[in-house]
Amino acid sequence: MGQFYEKDISGCGIVGFVNENGKVVPGDRIITAMTTMHERGNGLGGGFAAYGIYPERADCYAFHMLYDHPESKTKTEAYFETKCIIEMDEPIPTRQNAFVSNPPILWRYFLKLKPESIQGGDEEDAIVRIVMEINARIEGAFVASGGKNMGVFKGVGFPEDIGEYYRLDEYEAYTWTGHGRFPTNSQGWWGGAHPFSLLDWTVVHNGEISSYGINKRYLEHFGYQCTCYTDTEVLAYLFDLLIRKHQLPIEIAAKIVCAHFWDEIERMDEQQREIYRTLRAVYASALVNGPFAVVIGHTHGIVGLSDRMKLRPLIAARDGETLYIASEDSAIREICPQPEKVWMPRAGEPVIGLLKSPQQQETAASLQRMALFQLQNSK
Amino acid sequence: MSLSLYPSEFRIERDPERCIVCQVCVRQCANDCHVYDEDDDCIVSNERNCVGCHRCATLCPTNAITITQNPSDFKTNANWTARVIKDIYKQAESGGVLLTGMGCDRQLPSYFDRMLLNASQVTNPSIDPLREPMELRTHLGSKPERVDFKRTGEGFDLTTELSPQLVIDTPILFSAMSYGSISYNACLALATAAQTVGTFYNTGEGGLHKDFYPYGENTIAQVASGRFGVHAEYLDVAAAIEIKIGQGAKPGIGGHLPGEKVSEEISQTRMIPVGTDAISPAPHHDIYSIEDLRQLIFALKEATGYRKPVSVKIAAVHNVAPIASGIIRAGADIVAIDGLRGGTGAAPTMIRDHVGIPIELAIAAVDRRLREEGIRHRASIIAGGGFRNSADIVKAIALGADAVYIATAALVAMGCHLCQKCYTGKCNWGIATQDPYLTKRLNPNIAQRRLVNLLHGWSLEIKEMLGGMGINAIESLRGNREHLRGVGMTQNELDILGIKSAGEAW
Repeated sequence: MGQFYEKDISGCGIVGFVNENGKVVPGDRIITAMTTMHERGNGLGGGFAAYGIYPERADCYAFHMLYDHPESKTKTEAYFETKCIIEMDEPIPTRQNAFVSNPPILWRYFLKLKPESIQGGDEEDAIVRIVMEINARIEGAFVASGGKNMGVFKGVGFPEDIGEYYRLDEYEAYTWTGHGRFPTNSQGWWGGAHPFSLLDWTVVHNGEISSYGINKRYLEHFGYQCTCYTDTEVLAYLFDLLIRKHQLPIEIAAKIVCAHFWDEIERMDEQQREIYRTLRAVYASALVNGPFAVVIGHTHGIVGLSDRMKLRPLIAARDGETLYIASEDSAIREICPQPEKVWMPRAGEPVIGLLKSPQQQETAASLQRMALFQLQNSK
Repeated sequence: MSLSLYPSEFRIERDPERCIVCQVCVRQCANDCHVYDEDDDCIVSNERNCVGCHRCATLCPTNAITITQNPSDFKTNANWTARVIKDIYKQAESGGVLLTGMGCDRQLPSYFDRMLLNASQVTNPSIDPLREPMELRTHLGSKPERVDFKRTGEGFDLTTELSPQLVIDTPILFSAMSYGSISYNACLALATAAQTVGTFYNTGEGGLHKDFYPYGENTIAQVASGRFGVHAEYLDVAAAIEIKIGQGAKPGIGGHLPGEKVSEEISQTRMIPVGTDAISPAPHHDIYSIEDLRQLIFALKEATGYRKPVSVKIAAVHNVAPIASGIIRAGADIVAIDGLRGGTGAAPTMIRDHVGIPIELAIAAVDRRLREEGIRHRASIIAGGGFRNSADIVKAIALGADAVYIATAALVAMGCHLCQKCYTGKCNWGIATQDPYLTKRLNPNIAQRRLVNLLHGWSLEIKEMLGGMGINAIESLRGNREHLRGVGMTQNELDILGIKSAGEAW
């Protein structure tokens, strides 16, 4: 591993919410929610993911880039030129904040793939290759996110300062997730903050993945290179593999990452037992072990998940069409004082909030995936 | 024959104050080390025959006997050690090949001893296996790369069918030991212990006595180069089949059960005449290359209706990684790899001590190679060869093994004292012998209990170590080399094992 690799150490605060009717809200709400969990971070990392923020460019892959120096920007842009058509690019707008220092060069690009970049595979595979290539090969360049109609805003600082810095109050999104980080050893690297993202997947994570060593080697088999120097990225790649590549329903993917215990499987009826036995045998190396709570964001919604013993806190609430998931009750009640329902999800049980209607701009591939999501929903 | 220059290996010290001349030692020693002198009403020792098995010392009711290494030594010489000199004397007197039993006992580097495990502190709670679930269940066999579901009305149904698997509740199996090399009672103890624990034992190349058919669901039936005792019923009754190509104690050579050990029962089980030598050729004479192995794998699968996983066992040799890859591509569901320190009932000493490579390096090389080739899921890896304790097992699994085979440790649990004289057929502990006077010494119920205790104790220790790492299922340890660190190794050795040096953080 490179010099930056570190386990993501404990103590983080996470929050996420989705409006299932696709109604958008400004980013100050998620900042408010994160602020109540100030103590769960130590100012060495904060970040947000937002979905539905670029409706006018929803057909482009929105690349949020972090550059350490101008050369890395030049190199990356030259690389983009070989693979993509750059429809538009600009600095990511920021606002001076006394508590945010030494930011990298922040730039965003709205890209379309050149037909020859797709190489017979599907478009999203080509994007994955581009992201892996930049993160692994171009020194000083890091892809914060590269999905459609979404973006990740992250950096070194407390989440409320990072949110302010990125002017999140000026964006409107139907899904927001946020993260405040408490690393014990930080290189002060902006790329190391959460959320971690691949395509339109984002992950905010509180915990430590003890199975990282094998999850990483397992993912390498499928062409994923763990380049972010953190254990969190394996979650984003695992969900991408299981749902996008293996076409598994999201509930099944959650039960691979957080497998039922064998004694639970023993008690199931025969058909279910065979399903879960097979999943554990085939996807043994995709089991994520160790204490964690995550909120996974996606174009279609969010999934909250904790480890099989729930060694990290996770609470959920519903109010009308909005599903909230957070580390602490306070984060939800700060922005939704009287939710209709508040509950503690059981260990390893996913909490899923999904958009009710597919977005107009969906590609055929993600529509198919939507069908799988809905399949799960109707069950 | 002239005077033997070969000195006694051991001293038998008999405390006359304690000895009551009960003659237990006389009756217990198959090597005639203790002789009763009627004239003087005392017991005299024949130290030259002593193999150091401690049977007499253990059973002496007054603790009168002490067995020690003979302190008399040769002049110190770093090259011409006592062992070297004694071996030459032995061969000068016999004119034969040096024979020995059990695994390599030379002081080669143990990579297990140079690897250290991880544990959680502060940022990650360790898990207490006595309070929380801790899962060791393992599926051995070929897996598909992914599963598929089909939509059925409101729900979904699995369309992927798992090929036959061996399911074990602890990642430890009993390795191959044939009926012939070990006694009926020892086989019975292994079979019943495997059944109690929920794991498997292995017939070795000795066939399967009809009495053991009831334990078929816990039996791996070996098909070796001599094909002894291989018939339709044998394959049918077992849970899995293992083609034995080689073993760690004697890579590249066959096996030899002397006619003296081929009793009526063994003759029936092995399907050979009473008193004839059972010789397993070095190669299978129908396998001269990998494509021939493929034919045998599929012949066995055909013969058993594709209901049983087929394992192929090889010795860990220099090319072990590509060989394992070829075996998987030939259709094996499991690859069993036996390392340099693997035991045996009989092997030429030079082969045992100088051929093959340590299992730790073999596991690491094979696991990496199979991942590079994208075929790791197509077979499970069972590692064998000198596993001494549960920490060795945890380290092997972290390197990439699915499970381990133990045999020497199982024999020790039953009473073996590692005197390395299995090939003489005079095992005083009743394990590696067919002499009815000796075999009845091993009570199969007690031996079973001791085996079950060993696996239970090791499983608990494995759970404790997993819990310490913050892991609650063995599959999250498998191939997870981040939990290993090396001490006292070269960078090249660390690279081959795929681990970092102690002191390096994540």
